[in-house]
Formats: sequence, C-alpha cells, structure tokens
Amino acid sequence: MQIALFSDIHANAEALTACLDHARANEVDRYVFLGDYVGYGADPGFVVDTVQAHVSRGAIAVRGNHDDAIETGTDQMTESAARAIAWTRGQLTPSQRTFLRGLPLSASEADRLYVHANVDAPAGWDYITNLYTASRSLIAMRTHIALCGHIHVPALYHMSPTGKVASFEPIGGIDIPLSRHRRWLAVLGAVGQPRDGDSAACYAILDDARETLTYMRVPYDIDNAARKIRAAGLPARLADRLYAGR
Amino acid sequence: METFLTDAAPAPTPVHDVRRLRVGETIDGFHLEEALPPGGMASFWRVTHPDFALPLIMKVPLLRPGEDPITIVGYEMERMILPRLHGPHVPRFIAAGPFEQPYIVMEFISGTSVKELIAETPLAPGRVAAIGVQIAFALHDIHRQHVIHLDLKPSNVFLRSGEDAVLIDYGLAHHELLPDLIAEEMDEPVGTGPYVAPEQVLRDRTDPRSDIFALGVILYFLATGERPFGEPQRAAEWRWRLWRDPFPPRAWNPNILPWLQEIILHCLEVDPERRYATAAQLAFDLQHPSEVALTARAERIARDGIITVALRRFRASRGSAPRPRKRVSGVLTRAPIVVAAVDLAGDGALADAVRASAERILAADPSARLACVNVLKIARLAIDPWEDEQGRNRHLQRMIELKHWARSLLVDPARLTYHVLEATDPGAALVDYARNNNVDHLVLGARRTSAVRRHLGSTSAHVVAQAPCTVTVVRTGRASGAEAPEA
Repeated sequence: MQIALFSDIHANAEALTACLDHARANEVDRYVFLGDYVGYGADPGFVVDTVQAHVSRGAIAVRGNHDDAIETGTDQMTESAARAIAWTRGQLTPSQRTFLRGLPLSASEADRLYVHANVDAPAGWDYITNLYTASRSLIAMRTHIALCGHIHVPALYHMSPTGKVASFEPIGGIDIPLSRHRRWLAVLGAVGQPRDGDSAACYAILDDARETLTYMRVPYDIDNAARKIRAAGLPARLADRLYAGR
Repeated sequence: METFLTDAAPAPTPVHDVRRLRVGETIDGFHLEEALPPGGMASFWRVTHPDFALPLIMKVPLLRPGEDPITIVGYEMERMILPRLHGPHVPRFIAAGPFEQPYIVMEFISGTSVKELIAETPLAPGRVAAIGVQIAFALHDIHRQHVIHLDLKPSNVFLRSGEDAVLIDYGLAHHELLPDLIAEEMDEPVGTGPYVAPEQVLRDRTDPRSDIFALGVILYFLATGERPFGEPQRAAEWRWRLWRDPFPPRAWNPNILPWLQEIILHCLEVDPERRYATAAQLAFDLQHPSEVALTARAERIARDGIITVALRRFRASRGSAPRPRKRVSGVLTRAPIVVAAVDLAGDGALADAVRASAERILAADPSARLACVNVLKIARLAIDPWEDEQGRNRHLQRMIELKHWARSLLVDPARLTYHVLEATDPGAALVDYARNNNVDHLVLGARRTSAVRRHLGSTSAHVVAQAPCTVTVVRTGRASGAEAPEA
C-alpha cells in the first residue's frame, strides 16, 4: 500500500493541489494529513474542505497547533501567525470549525503513529529540532515508525536497538528503506510553507510493502498563492517567504 | 541483544532458526543446496529457486544475543545498498528476508577472488596493472552510483572469467543518498586493518578516495607480496599510517617499474586531496603506463627519515581542522577525464578553437585531466614490414605535432597525456576510446559542411550520436562567405 502524507498545508491551495495531483499520479492508495491545515495562507476554507472530503473517504487527519489556535487562542504565536489566525477565524464556516475541533491529536494504524508535533507530549506542541528532542519521541514511541511535521524542515531520525539516535537529511525523490531493525521518526517538510531553503512543496509517500519512505518535492504556483495572501491583507512577509522557502 | 522492538513489531515467530539451517531446507522458495565456508558475521549457502536460473548465494547474518551490533547494522546497510546497485561490477540482488528471518539472496559470482592471487605474489607489473584497471573500473562504476565501498580488500574482489571485477560485501559501505547507520552506531572506526584509509581511521566515511587508498594497498600487495602497513590488529595501530609511510614498492621488488610505483604511492597518499581524484583517472594511468607523469614518488627507494616522520606524528597528534563533508557525486563531477580530439591535418583555426575550449573546461575543474588525442587514419589494419616502419614514422610525427599543439595550453603538464590512435574509422575510434577510458567529456572540432559530409555523415555527428559522454562540438566563427551555402 502506498500512503501519501501531508503536513503543514497552511491554507495554501496551490501547493496542496499540486501535491495531491502528484500523489494521484503516483497511484497512492491512502491519504494521511498531519495537521496545520490553516494559518499563514489565503485559502483556509478550500483546504479544510479538501481534507474533510478525504476524511469522509477514509483518510486519516490529526490536529495541528494552528488548527487548535482557532478555538484556543494565539498566546504562544508570533505576531504574523496570530494575525493570520484572527483573519482565518472570519473565513471558516461553523461546520469547518467543528471539523477541525473534532480532529484527534494523534492516530495510529498498523505499526505507524501519526501526530503533528512530537510523540512524547503532542499537546505541548514542542518542536523536534535536534537529536535530543528526537530521542524523547523515539523513546516514547511504541510503533516502528512515527510521522510528524510542525517544524517545516524535513528530517529523518532513527534509533538502533542499542539506543543510538541519529539524524539524516532526506533528499527529495529518493526511496529510503526503513529497516525493521530500528525505530524511525520521520519529520515531514511543509506542503504550504517550506522553510528548508527549497521553495517546492514537500510531502511524502510511505510504501508499507516495500518498507520505504520517499520525501517528494513538488513545484507549485507560488505567484498565485502569494498574490492571494497580499490581496487578503495578510502580512506581506507571509507571501515573500514562500519564494525563499524560509 | 536488548530489543525494544519486541513491543513494537509483531512478536518474532522464526519459521526457521537461522542457527540451525540444514541442507535440504527451503526458505521462502530458496532451496539450500550446500553450506559454504562461513564468514565472521554471516553464514553462506548455495541456494536454488525455481524462478531463477542463475547461480545464487544466500547470506544469513549471525544475529545472536550479545552479538556485536556491527553484525545487524552491516546487514541493514547491505540490505539497503545492494538492491540499488546495478551493472556487471556488483552481484545482482535477488531477495531479502523479512524482519523475523534476515537473509540476502544474490547472484553467486563464479570466478577467482583476488585473495587467491596472493599465493602467486609478487605478480609481474603488467599483470598488477591489468587487475588494477578492472578493480578501478568497478570502483568508478559504484562511485557513479553514489556508493563508497569502504571495505575493499582482496577477499571482496572477484574477477569474473570475462575479466570484469565484481565487488562484494556492502555491509560497511556508504550511500550518499541514504542514512549511514554505521557512522552513528560505531564509536570506533570500522574497516579491515591493512586496507583502511587514513580518513577512515579519523571516522570520515564520505570520501570516495578512501576506496582508491584501499586499491593502492591491494596493488602494493600484488606487486610486492607485502602489505604496506602490515596487519595491525588493534584500531589504535591503524593511526600509524597517518604519519608512517610504507617502504616504497621498489624497495621490496626491484622489478617494479617507476610508473607502477608512482601509481601505487599516488593512491597511498595520506591526504585524499593528493590521491587520484577518481578511480577513472587511476584506471587511465594504469592503461597508459608511458603517459604516467613521474614525480619524486617514482624514484623513492627508502622510507622517510625519522625526523620527518616524528614531525608528521606531532602534527597528527594535534588533530586537524574538520574536513568539509564531501559528496561522492561532487568529487566525481569535479574530476572529469576530458578528451580533446585534435585534427592536425586540417584547419589550424579549428585546432586553436578546440584548444581554447578544452582550456576553459580544465580551468573550471582543477582536478580534471586532459587527454590530447589525434586519430591517424589508415587504409587498413594489416600492413607489411616496410609499411610498418613508415607507419611508425607517421605515428611519431603525429605525436610531435600533437605535443606542439598542446604546448601553448596553460595547464600543469602532469594533467596532460598524449595519444595517437590508428584507425580506419576516426569516429568509431574516438567512441571506443571514450568508452574504454571512462571519458566524461569529449571536445572535437567540426569542419565546415560539404556535400560529401552531408551524405556520408561527419565524424563529429557520429561521435555525438555514439559517445557515452558529454560531447562539445567546436566550430570556428563564420567568416564572410565561409559557410558553404546549401546546394
């Protein structure tokens, strides 16, 4: 089975559409969404509707901190993120908000865990930024693979049976075998606001028969996504950073 | 082994206990025919399968409780890397077992292992070079596939009957696009004592030139019957090669010619920057002994004096600045073999333009090497003794002209070689030359179009269509009325 995984779409309709088209062309069988559907971008309604439609057909979706902030507030957010959330509240319908509110913090199937930020304390929204924070998740895991997002920079951490934790910077389009002899923590890049210096949208395909994970990079119509952010009156920086991928 | 994985994965349910495998058993369709001598980390079986006609071998890692973690990590690495390698220089990957029952099935390589040749050492220089060329070709092939072997030694090299070298055992290898599980698992350098490169001793696993060092050790061994750094048992002794240079090969065997010593010591340089940049460049020298640029290395007959060695040891003890991380593909693309095919009989302006173009390519890549090639067109291959002498004169004359052509190149002469090819078909000769020498970039001039050339096809068109590398076709500027109008 080929499982497509999308994280941090952030209301970027162009990036999401490009990734979904790419996944369809790769004949994926299953869709998993790892949270942060809204915030930053100009198309929250379209993105939530798209994710909801996939969930109604059996896809898995978990909740991210930006989805959470629609209801709980923006105390811990940067100013531009908080302004985007305030704007987003006015864009979402009550049923869209109900959908976001009802999403779980994590989900698991077979020997995989899906979560937005981290495994050890998902509701605290701490970032996985280094071997130390990654090892907390790897130790807390009870599955062979955990997949998350949140930081917008792709990384692949793994822990051997002797407890050695290491990281790897994945290269787009390369099938990485996930050996069963260790645990894997895959941090996906962002669909809608990449921050690793590559402006292309990032998603991943997990092949559970071949036991490989492939980070995909998909170019999308940044001009249109950025134009809509500016037209909506959102901070210009949110449009500019899409070009830099930072 | 402590296993946190038992609560994650389904409880292991070994169908067959690998420690009690028996001839006659069948695992996932593979029938165990014969037990082969076991290695340190795995047992080996000749197997057959109804779907595969080729001879097969099954490698079963010895995963026992308390086993050295290198065993399992080595198995994980080989399982990742072997299926991604292709071509005549690696055993074909067939299948791998599931978590509960690890094994790898691959093509059984029939042929001689280089280890078997050790009994015959010292080998004649020509034979050492011939074997070295095949191993260097194999190395260049895996390097181009993003893999560094990092455990190259005689027992891991097989020579197929058709001469191709096959490199086996990727348990310690590095793939530049995949996680390096060895680097993270092991606190000590890994490898095989006599063959590890100095940078491997310092735990750098990302330099393809480490394999060139190991090949240098093999060539030294074959040529002299001695190992340049002995057989150190403890990893601490591996460090000695950072400052203690080996006896020059000619100190062991005076029959070794200067060019071969030059090549071997060039491979064994402590600083990878001073070794051959690519295995293709090494193969090139081994194939063209008369073109090897001889340095002080070729003449050396004794090891460095105690003061020089003590100084090097002192510097090594102070450590060195961390070296920038390399990528296999980066090292390869910066060190191309470039060929300038020069037509000396024709238009001087065109030969000048080819030289200018080659010079620009060499300026961009400081590790690039330039082979200056001229094709001496002959009517047929068989010639009588009188013509033979005349032919030699023509050959020599062309060589003189070719060197004259190259004299104004502003390039270190050590980066240049000269070759006059005799052929009935210049285009085919250039294509063969490019293929046999792993050429990356071929520069040649195209003469102006003529009716004959349009009908029969030009040399440049043939080379562009057939050469296995990048081809730059140089034309001289369009002088007024120079371009023949279309008839």
